[in-house]
Amino acid sequence: MRGRWIRTAAAGLLGLSVCLLSACGRQTAAVIIAGSTSVQPYAEVLAEDYALLRPDKLIDIQGGGSSAGITAVESGAADLGMSSRKLKESEQGLWSVEIAKDGLAVIVNPASPVGDLTLDQICGIYAADIQNWSELGGPDAKIHIITREEGSGTRSAFEELVMGDRRITNKAIVQDSNGAMRQLVADDPHSIGFISLGLVNVGERPVKAIRIDGVAPTRENVLDGSYSLFRSFLFVARSRPEGPALQFIEFIFSPGGRLLLSGEGLIAE
Amino acid sequence: MKKFKEKLSGRVFFALALSSISALALITVFIIVNGVPLIAEVGVGNFIFGMSWAPSRGEFGIFPMIVGSVAVTLGAAAIGVPVGICCSIFLAEFAPAPLRNLFRPAIQLLAGIPSVVYGFWGLLFLVPFIRNYLGGPGLSLLAGAVILGIMILPTVISISEVSILALPRQYKEGALALGMTHWQTIRSVILPSARSGIVAAVILGIGRAIGETMAVIMVLGNAVAMPASILDPVRTLTTNIGIEMGYASGPHQQALFATGIVLFVIIMILNASAQYITRKR
Repeated sequence: MRGRWIRTAAAGLLGLSVCLLSACGRQTAAVIIAGSTSVQPYAEVLAEDYALLRPDKLIDIQGGGSSAGITAVESGAADLGMSSRKLKESEQGLWSVEIAKDGLAVIVNPASPVGDLTLDQICGIYAADIQNWSELGGPDAKIHIITREEGSGTRSAFEELVMGDRRITNKAIVQDSNGAMRQLVADDPHSIGFISLGLVNVGERPVKAIRIDGVAPTRENVLDGSYSLFRSFLFVARSRPEGPALQFIEFIFSPGGRLLLSGEGLIAE
Repeated sequence: MKKFKEKLSGRVFFALALSSISALALITVFIIVNGVPLIAEVGVGNFIFGMSWAPSRGEFGIFPMIVGSVAVTLGAAAIGVPVGICCSIFLAEFAPAPLRNLFRPAIQLLAGIPSVVYGFWGLLFLVPFIRNYLGGPGLSLLAGAVILGIMILPTVISISEVSILALPRQYKEGALALGMTHWQTIRSVILPSARSGIVAAVILGIGRAIGETMAVIMVLGNAVAMPASILDPVRTLTTNIGIEMGYASGPHQQALFATGIVLFVIIMILNASAQYITRKR
């Protein structure tokens, strides 16, 4: 009886080690990219198309966030980092390139009568100076402010572009993805949030993107500079990339790569 | 040969047992090594009683989240404990066998539902319900407490039921022989005698509630503010880690580990007191 137990345990261990070994035997990636989950979906689309072009050069894309991506590049764990925030002073020694711009849209529920706000008003809402929609021409209802979590690239872009040195109120609801934010705004008639411009029209339930100082959030308005809420998506490397990493970046800047990014809702001229 | 086998099996199982303990040791050491430097830098008092959480500005106060964890857990206990204890009394004392055979597996199934499913159900059903009928954004302390109240039911029910069933038959028989009614027997003999087991069940249920993350991330709203009502969004210690770990780096990441230390200590205290209470019997 006891002998059988041991044999079972041994077989289990053997099976486990076989699994581990076979995982090691997988084709290794030519380029490892890690970082911003805002950039990740676009990088994955690029990598998929790149795989058709160069099936021998596998691109491995991981999330983790902008800061994690930059740390991974600094430590050599990744060849390229994706960042949706500007590089900090301590990170200025890294090589970086802007692959595209992403507009930031302030969104409300389609049922809301409010469709036009000034930058100051949005700042006032998020600083909790303005707490009721009636102050903005809407119904008499408390504004449900939704923000992203500390450390999110979308949040830091919003803070930089809208809040200046004001703080987002700590009463704000915190959601940890563009998708969750969009879903909540689509559900709650009294809510306000912000997401990537490219994601406003993705999803089955609509949200309304607010015109800011009278300017609609469109690609054209971002490109001609009239719409001010946008951020840069960066690729970061420890030093000027070479070999497969450089080839992938060249692909991103080829007409095909540009078209792909524009098709996904980013602003890549 | 046989002796060798005996010896070997002993060693193998010792090694396997050791590996499970060492996993605990490894995790503990890792959390402490990563979290303690930040607590030391900020100061224990400032960290635990600080009111402002803004890691990007170097502010690391987790008091609103401690309050959030305690409030959500108490809410869950207020909902789950009475229901759970009554259910265990019903199962142990009143339920006819066929009904018991239906209830027990059903309650175990409740424990088997992944927490993300509870959260998703809460988000799609409970949150809109609260928003439409009670007001506020829906994502709230109340939503979290209800979800957790349901999630702790299996723990509370099964442990209380076991402790009631473990009582010597003579207690009940003696009470009935003295002319007590069934309800009087339950109230003044069975419940007091099973008290330590029931208290342990409640504490373990609370431990489960305070450690739950995924389900509550989805329904709590995660605002780092003191709740003024049960319809306000709150953040717990667990959701603080869950929601921010994706982008955290440097001191921010250390602060999340430090949050983990506080959580670890709370759960250790809870488990230790549950063990103490059951042992005392």
